[in-house]
Amino acid sequence: MPPSTTPDLPDAETQIGWYQRMRLLRRFEQNAVELVDEGDIIGIVHEYVGEEAIAVGACAALTEHDVITSTHRGHGHILAKGGDPARMYAELLGRETGYNKGRGGSMHIADLDLGIFGANGIVGAGAPMGLGAAHMFKLRGEPHVAVPFFGDGAMNQGVLLESFNLAVIMELPVIFVCENNGYAITTPIGEMTRGELFERAAAFGLAAEAVDGMDVRAVYRAAAAAVARARAGGGPSFLECRAYRYSLHNVAKGVPREDDRPAAEQADWRGRDAIERLAGELTEEGLWPDGARAEIDDEVDAEIEGAIGFARNSRRPDPDSVLDHMYAVTYPGLPAAGWE
Amino acid sequence: MARELTYIAALNEALHQSFAADPSVIMVGENIRGVKRSETAGLDGAFGADRVIDMPISEPAFTGFATGAALSGGRPIVEFQVSSLIFVAFDQLVNQAAKLPLMLGGQRHLPVTYLIMGAGAGGGRAGQHSDNPYPFLMHAGIKTVIPSTPKDAKGLMIAAIREDDPVALFAPAGLLRREGEVPEEPYATPLGEGVVRRAGDQITVVASGNLVRKAIEVAETVAADGISVEVWDPVSLLPLDKAGLAETVAKTGRLVVFDDSNRTCGFAAEVSSLVAERCFHDLKAPIKRITRADVTTPFSNPIEYASLPGRERLEAAVRALLA
Ligand SMILES: Cc1ncc(C[n+]2csc(CCOP(=O)(O)OP(=O)(O)O)c2C)c(N)n1
Ligand SMILES: [Mg+2]
Repeated sequence: MPPSTTPDLPDAETQIGWYQRMRLLRRFEQNAVELVDEGDIIGIVHEYVGEEAIAVGACAALTEHDVITSTHRGHGHILAKGGDPARMYAELLGRETGYNKGRGGSMHIADLDLGIFGANGIVGAGAPMGLGAAHMFKLRGEPHVAVPFFGDGAMNQGVLLESFNLAVIMELPVIFVCENNGYAITTPIGEMTRGELFERAAAFGLAAEAVDGMDVRAVYRAAAAAVARARAGGGPSFLECRAYRYSLHNVAKGVPREDDRPAAEQADWRGRDAIERLAGELTEEGLWPDGARAEIDDEVDAEIEGAIGFARNSRRPDPDSVLDHMYAVTYPGLPAAGWE
Repeated sequence: MARELTYIAALNEALHQSFAADPSVIMVGENIRGVKRSETAGLDGAFGADRVIDMPISEPAFTGFATGAALSGGRPIVEFQVSSLIFVAFDQLVNQAAKLPLMLGGQRHLPVTYLIMGAGAGGGRAGQHSDNPYPFLMHAGIKTVIPSTPKDAKGLMIAAIREDDPVALFAPAGLLRREGEVPEEPYATPLGEGVVRRAGDQITVVASGNLVRKAIEVAETVAADGISVEVWDPVSLLPLDKAGLAETVAKTGRLVVFDDSNRTCGFAAEVSSLVAERCFHDLKAPIKRITRADVTTPFSNPIEYASLPGRERLEAAVRALLA
């Protein structure tokens, strides 16, 4: 059942903001890869490049009170929900000023004050937490919603399918956003799933539809309709946003970067780039003045540069703090570390 | 005369008082509404279906639901109908709830209680309904308590709900219908404080949950032969009252750990290594462990019994230590 009303697009200024955010997401990732190569980021990073329209379009329909849960490929969701690139880079670099004080890293960045429950290293695992948040909103009579993001690969995780059912029977204000980028690492989704993903969701009783995930306006419209319905007590929905990751599944220093996906397929998706698409639309419709784009791009680069500088200048956690934050309430000998 | 309640009624009273005291308390689980005699009796009638939530048979989803509710200002209780069902939800328990507070860098507390009903072997319930899987949770860093009396069942239930961290409360199958004195007013039994259940000065028997009363029975039996056994109940296994443990061992100089979980990497292994590390010079004899055998709990009565830590083996160990 597709949403009955299609919300209008917001004003030019807001849409220019979407361009800015998408650009920020992309440049954040490109710089993160450089930081991996330079040895500043230890570990792996999953780039969101190519899928920016999904996070930005969906989060454009949310407020800071709404909750999102994210994935291993989480930087884009966090930035789209208003995350601060400086504290994110600081986290990626393992600094005390990072969002998680260097205790989480790329796959766990969270900002609870912005309703960001965190990226998550386990496929599909964030979704039920979104439901718990949605229930608390309902219980307190607050009009907020929860948006679990997850990939096509998560569509075969039991906990996610359980969460679809739970959201439906509890009539929770939840919008499931499936980022179908066609692959789970090397495996095409078509090899592991039969039928359309959104139809599977519909069978659970979710209001489900497929959306062009390379079109931020389309994602926004679908998300805004679903969010409005959820806020009004109309229950949960499911958006399958079809997009493509331009880069490899992930990057780590010294690991060869070979992409075995068909070259024509890659070129085809790149030809539909969401950032170029919105830029073209803004120009065609006369919604931004000449030179606005270059100005925004420069601002974004300056922000990124400042953010990386902040991260690099921040200190790493003190080894003596290794036991911190495991518990809210500690006891003698808990957490245990040494003889005591 | 002081009021007596069954263990299960004590849990029920703790839940009612906790729901009444704090509107952020909610509970999720299977078949928890509309029940007359269980630990959740009357809760939905008193507090409504939005706070006492019957869940589909989806342990991973409702465990994760509770984590999300806790991050959003709720104080959820998750009931696992059978102890082995925690394995079904292990990702949400271990990878998510247990790890989140540290990984979030302390951004939020996670006040969740896991109420694990019918833990332990109850007689003929076979391999998938007889576990006592607390070492798994303790290994993952989840605070773990095992009340051995109705009074502690109530006090620890309330304490677990009030605690700002995940806490697992194991309610042993063998204790649920037993009666004991329970104060009427709400009270919290502190975590991390062991209790001497029977004083003695020659041998310490560490026992928790359902094994406490068995250890006391053995202590009474051997007392007839002049053997003095102290029964020490850790009450809370994580945090563990290491000072209390060291104190009783220093007093008696001999230790038997009587534990109803598996032997390898089990609770008894942890207690033994702690005592060996900290109290070596107090020991007059090697430590003994009486535990489950490292086998799947078999169904048929004689072999089920043979796999479990029983009174006879404890008695033999105690006598051997003084022989
Ligand atoms: C439950 C689980 N199984 C396996 C993995 C290893 N893994 C990490 S990402 C990934 C693929 C996920 O694919 P998808 O959900 O489509 O997300 P995408 O990477 O395409 O964004 C796998 C298998 C994991 N993190 N969690
Ligand atoms: Mg994918």
